[in-house]
Amino acid sequence: MRALFAFLMALVALPLAAQNDIPPAPYAYRQLDDPAQEAAAQDLMETLRCLKCQSQSIADSDASMAGDMRHQVRIRIAAGEEPEDIRRWLMDRYGDYVSYEPVMSATTWPLFAIPVLLALIAALLFWRRFRRRA
Amino acid sequence: MIAELGLAALWLAAALAALQLLGGILALRGGTESDIAGLTRPAAILQGGLVALSFGALLWVFAITDLSVKLVATNSHTMKPLIFKISGAWGNHEGSMLLWVTVMALAGALIAGIERRLPERTMQATLAAQGFVALGFYAFLLLSSNPFERLPQPATEGMGLNPLLQDIGLALHPPTLYFGYVGLSVAFSFAVGALLTRQVTPDFARAMRPWILGAWVFLTLGITAGSYWAYYELGWGGYWFWDPVENASLMPWLAATALLHSASVLASRDALRVWTIMLGVVAFSMSMLGTFLVRSGILTSVHAFAVDPERGSFILFLLAIYIGGALLLFALRAGAINEGERFSVASREGALVVNNVMLSAILAVVLLGTLYPLLTEAFDVRVSVGPPYFNPVGAIFAFPMLAVMAVGPLLRWRKDGFGRISKEIALVAAFLLAGIVLLGLLFGLAILPLLGLSFAIALAVASFLPLRGRKLRRVPIETWGMVVAHFGLAISLFGMASESAFTEEHLAALEEGGATSVGPWQVRLEAVEPVAGPNWTAIAGRMAVSYEGGEPQTIAPQSRNFWAPPQQTTESVLVTRWNGQLYAVMGADNRGGRYQLRLWWKPFVTFIWYGGLIIALGGILAIIGRVRGDLKRRIVRRKVAERRAEAEALA
Repeated sequence: MRALFAFLMALVALPLAAQNDIPPAPYAYRQLDDPAQEAAAQDLMETLRCLKCQSQSIADSDASMAGDMRHQVRIRIAAGEEPEDIRRWLMDRYGDYVSYEPVMSATTWPLFAIPVLLALIAALLFWRRFRRRA
Repeated sequence: MIAELGLAALWLAAALAALQLLGGILALRGGTESDIAGLTRPAAILQGGLVALSFGALLWVFAITDLSVKLVATNSHTMKPLIFKISGAWGNHEGSMLLWVTVMALAGALIAGIERRLPERTMQATLAAQGFVALGFYAFLLLSSNPFERLPQPATEGMGLNPLLQDIGLALHPPTLYFGYVGLSVAFSFAVGALLTRQVTPDFARAMRPWILGAWVFLTLGITAGSYWAYYELGWGGYWFWDPVENASLMPWLAATALLHSASVLASRDALRVWTIMLGVVAFSMSMLGTFLVRSGILTSVHAFAVDPERGSFILFLLAIYIGGALLLFALRAGAINEGERFSVASREGALVVNNVMLSAILAVVLLGTLYPLLTEAFDVRVSVGPPYFNPVGAIFAFPMLAVMAVGPLLRWRKDGFGRISKEIALVAAFLLAGIVLLGLLFGLAILPLLGLSFAIALAVASFLPLRGRKLRRVPIETWGMVVAHFGLAISLFGMASESAFTEEHLAALEEGGATSVGPWQVRLEAVEPVAGPNWTAIAGRMAVSYEGGEPQTIAPQSRNFWAPPQQTTESVLVTRWNGQLYAVMGADNRGGRYQLRLWWKPFVTFIWYGGLIIALGGILAIIGRVRGDLKRRIVRRKVAERRAEAEALA
């Protein structure tokens, strides 16, 4: 019984082992030599979503896909591409979802309109509250 | 037998909650003298005892691993240490809901037993509201998630508990948040009671205040602990991800903070009546929403271990009834309640209004950022809202609030002038500006970390100004509480800003014997060793680390492979100094004898959580001060009554 259990567990573990056999892309866990370029890459990576994780950026994930994306970002930065071009390239491939950077668009305008509205309401509240004394 | 006893106690408690609701309603309509109205308080007390019995039964079946109970069989294992067997009782959906009603019923029993300050009608209405809320949770437990369900055939062995949850921190984390949520439910019941009887008085605020404070302390501790757990467990040094589950705990905290301050105004000055009631409703709504987000499985993350849409709709239904009902009542009654005392803009009330409005705005931003992606997903549009949105948009409201927070406590109640405290304002402004100029010139920081550090320094100084010119031994404990809590916030802010401004990262590929450095630390990878645990194997990287060439220390972070369920985790090692932490992670990857190391030097990062603890300490001091004051007042009142009785007897 126990041997069977161990065998089953080993079977279950196989996909994980297989996944580990593929080595991560070279720049997934390696920084660029130029500190300025690395800083630019880091800033960009922190605003890109890891598509396999829950609310994590690719800069802090162990998922292999996040590693591949870090590799892409670093080699493109090293090749002299602009961060925003790399972002656009990733968004073309994976959709707007991949970017955390808030962009005003037909689907996201309430995210910006509502805080502005809130600020106005707050100002109005203060004004109404204190106008009589002023 | 024990399990059946627990279930029976739960049914009886539900019946008593119904009686409590009925008694309260009858007292409201027919007066507090009727027979059934006299049963409301005893019903609440007895109900508390029965639910405690029921929860005790659940702890018992988990402690002895009674495998004929379905919940035990699916969530426990005979070979687990006793502490995790017991914590397993609430490490699952059914058990955690039972814990929720247990805490709630005990809180109800406590107010029924000791709270005598308010008019009896208001208390009856409060207890009725409490019974109504509890009844929903009883229905949820008994009808759709019975924790005591038996298996037709007892299992031979349990299925165990998720290894991630076998952690002492996580055994305590959910109950801490639940205590916070339940405290807010009591505040909500008080608010509904006061609204029903139109008795929004300073006494009402005083009765409600210890519950808000208690809830707030527990939420603060829960958030601090959860954040530290994410920091050391996830292996990348992030401490806050603006994950919906984190936001679910932050939103009630923001609402409770606002409520706390507005209840203070109501208690001391009889102002902001309507606003306090509104915040009471909002704070409880946020805890219900938090429960819904985490429990319904609408989000998929490590927290959503109860993924079940049927339960989700049940909670959503409860949420709609409570919140919709409360808002409707509020809309009907708010007009009948007087605003309360007026005050001028330059007064402590004025500063607290700014604090309240700003906190509410931040709350609205977090709520929007959390729910908006869920909403668009329903229409198949996927939007990412993350730190680049929350940080700056939250900061727009947070920094003005911090500025007011620095000087607000110096103002007098009702009417004051900024001229009177112009010296203090100048002092705080000087620290702020000096911080911005010096730090900006020295380090060339980005705007948010720069403002964060400068505000933290100015606020740390400002938080002690209320003590200036006072005899320290005669300062009331609750004032100390405020000073300490405000100082804690400054400390925490300093940690966050410092982490974001000064963190140094180094990813290195080292052979055994290789050396590297990160910030002021030298790191040498001495050896890589295999390690085996009960259900995992790992490689451990033994490293010698030294700070600025000092005495080396040995650390050994691991990369672990669990096999049931197959999962790879990193066991990072943190080396703590007073001025920061070294964060070392061992990667699993090994190519050509080189191992991947991830190293961070995070100056003052620990201040984030020390700050959280200091904030909670401030809350505890405030509770002690308030409860002591209440007890004193109660004794005085009793003495006065005794004397009057004596005088009447003599006459």
